[in-house]
Amino acid sequence: MADYKRPLPQPTPETQHFWDGCRDGEIRLQRCKTCNHTYFPPRDFCPACSAREVEVVKASGKATLYSYVINHRPRPDFGEEPHSIAVVQLEEGPRMMTNIVDCPQTPEALELDMPLEVTFEKATDEISLPKFRPAK
Amino acid sequence: MKQKSVAVVGAAETTQMGKIPNQSQLALHADAALNAMADAGLTAKDIDGVATAGDSPVETAHYLGITPTWVDGTSVGGCSFMLHVRHAAAAINEGLCNTVLITHAESGRSRVGARRFSRDPQSQQGQFEVPYGITNPPSMFTIPALRYMKTYGVTEEDVAMVAVIQREWAAKNPRASFRDLITVDDVLNSRMISWPFRLLMCCLVTDGGGALILTSAERAKDFPQKPVYILGTGESVETPMVSQMEDFTTSKAFRVSGKKAFDEAGIKHSDVDHLMIYDAFAHLPIYGLEDLGFCERGEGAAFIRERNTAPGGKLPLNTNGGGLSYMHSGMYGMYALQESVRQMRGIAPAQVPDAKISIAHGVGGMFASSGTIVFSNEAP
Ligand SMILES: [Zn+2]
Repeated sequence: MADYKRPLPQPTPETQHFWDGCRDGEIRLQRCKTCNHTYFPPRDFCPACSAREVEVVKASGKATLYSYVINHRPRPDFGEEPHSIAVVQLEEGPRMMTNIVDCPQTPEALELDMPLEVTFEKATDEISLPKFRPAK
Repeated sequence: MKQKSVAVVGAAETTQMGKIPNQSQLALHADAALNAMADAGLTAKDIDGVATAGDSPVETAHYLGITPTWVDGTSVGGCSFMLHVRHAAAAINEGLCNTVLITHAESGRSRVGARRFSRDPQSQQGQFEVPYGITNPPSMFTIPALRYMKTYGVTEEDVAMVAVIQREWAAKNPRASFRDLITVDDVLNSRMISWPFRLLMCCLVTDGGGALILTSAERAKDFPQKPVYILGTGESVETPMVSQMEDFTTSKAFRVSGKKAFDEAGIKHSDVDHLMIYDAFAHLPIYGLEDLGFCERGEGAAFIRERNTAPGGKLPLNTNGGGLSYMHSGMYGMYALQESVRQMRGIAPAQVPDAKISIAHGVGGMFASSGTIVFSNEAP
């Protein structure tokens, strides 16, 4: 998909495991070995207790819709129609920004707290973006 | 209390406001600064402290011909000027400088000599928000609102009412960009920008600027204008990514900054005669009223709907018309401060009778940062 027109993330050493996970079809979070806090976005220490001993854990991919907007301003790279920009609450606790896909981009179809599941949108050989769709 | 010994002795906005294609952003900084210096009866030679945000204080100092012994380039978004006031007060008290100039200018609409926004794809926001199509504040600042609305049963009509009431204030202000009264239906029928936000729930995009001059309260009484004293100040930051706010129904930065300012000032909410809450979007005054403690959580929208903040209400709010109707060049905090100073001097177009204490509360980024200043026209 060399023709991917949208802005792409550029991993840093601290986030590489996350983007590798997305490429391989899973969300990788981090968990503190000291206080057990599970967190996102990635960093190589625990934001809750400052400990450096942390591990990478695979998330279930299940989430609920926490909040969103439907962007109506022109974004030709996202198509002609308005599109959702959402924040989802992962089952493990952290929240992340994403788009809700595979459903109409309308207030009626996008109900807060609806169950969602992750799906990965391949942008390049290295980068796949985690998107969420209504849980089946 | 240390902060009580500093006052605003010069305050002014740019000569023109709104659409100014004939001046660059740097020229607008200078225009605001020269107006504030004239207001205080000073020239650049009298200034020994310089602060600005967005642009560099090195550039403004050199452009104006100032040789400072103290500079502050704190740039945390639209509330940066509240933080500059706070830092300047501490610096003056510490003897680092005597007379501080704080400037803001932005060619937000005409984009003459304006900075370009770019988000590094390696930054946290570049990796974890930008790929999902966030463009400008209208598609970011608005994201928490639906969660707030669901939690507290607040409707689109309630949010629209914020814009309606602020237009009532703007109608009293000859410098306001928009002065014609509007209805809730007008707001709900305006163009959809980022559901649930429509055009009239979003701030303006204009050109303009403003500047403040601060010195010790002791020196302040020798200046031509009535001094406006700083009673208390607060600041905080939360997150560079709106998606990582701790709670979408309340701003931690607002709560921390507001409490600090109230505690320093030693005042009660009932002491406050006039309030400015940076309104980049219509939900912000609702969050601000609650997070500053003027309302219980979930009651901000009803407080506005019941006309407590409207002309004639008990807590006049955003009396210049706010970012929604007065002007918004990009970093609006300076204009909130200017309106508080006008109210304390008794010269505001929509003057609150006998107002003695005013608060200007700012937000920066997308709920990223906050600054709060408590002003009074009575010497502490
Ligand atoms: Zn920990």
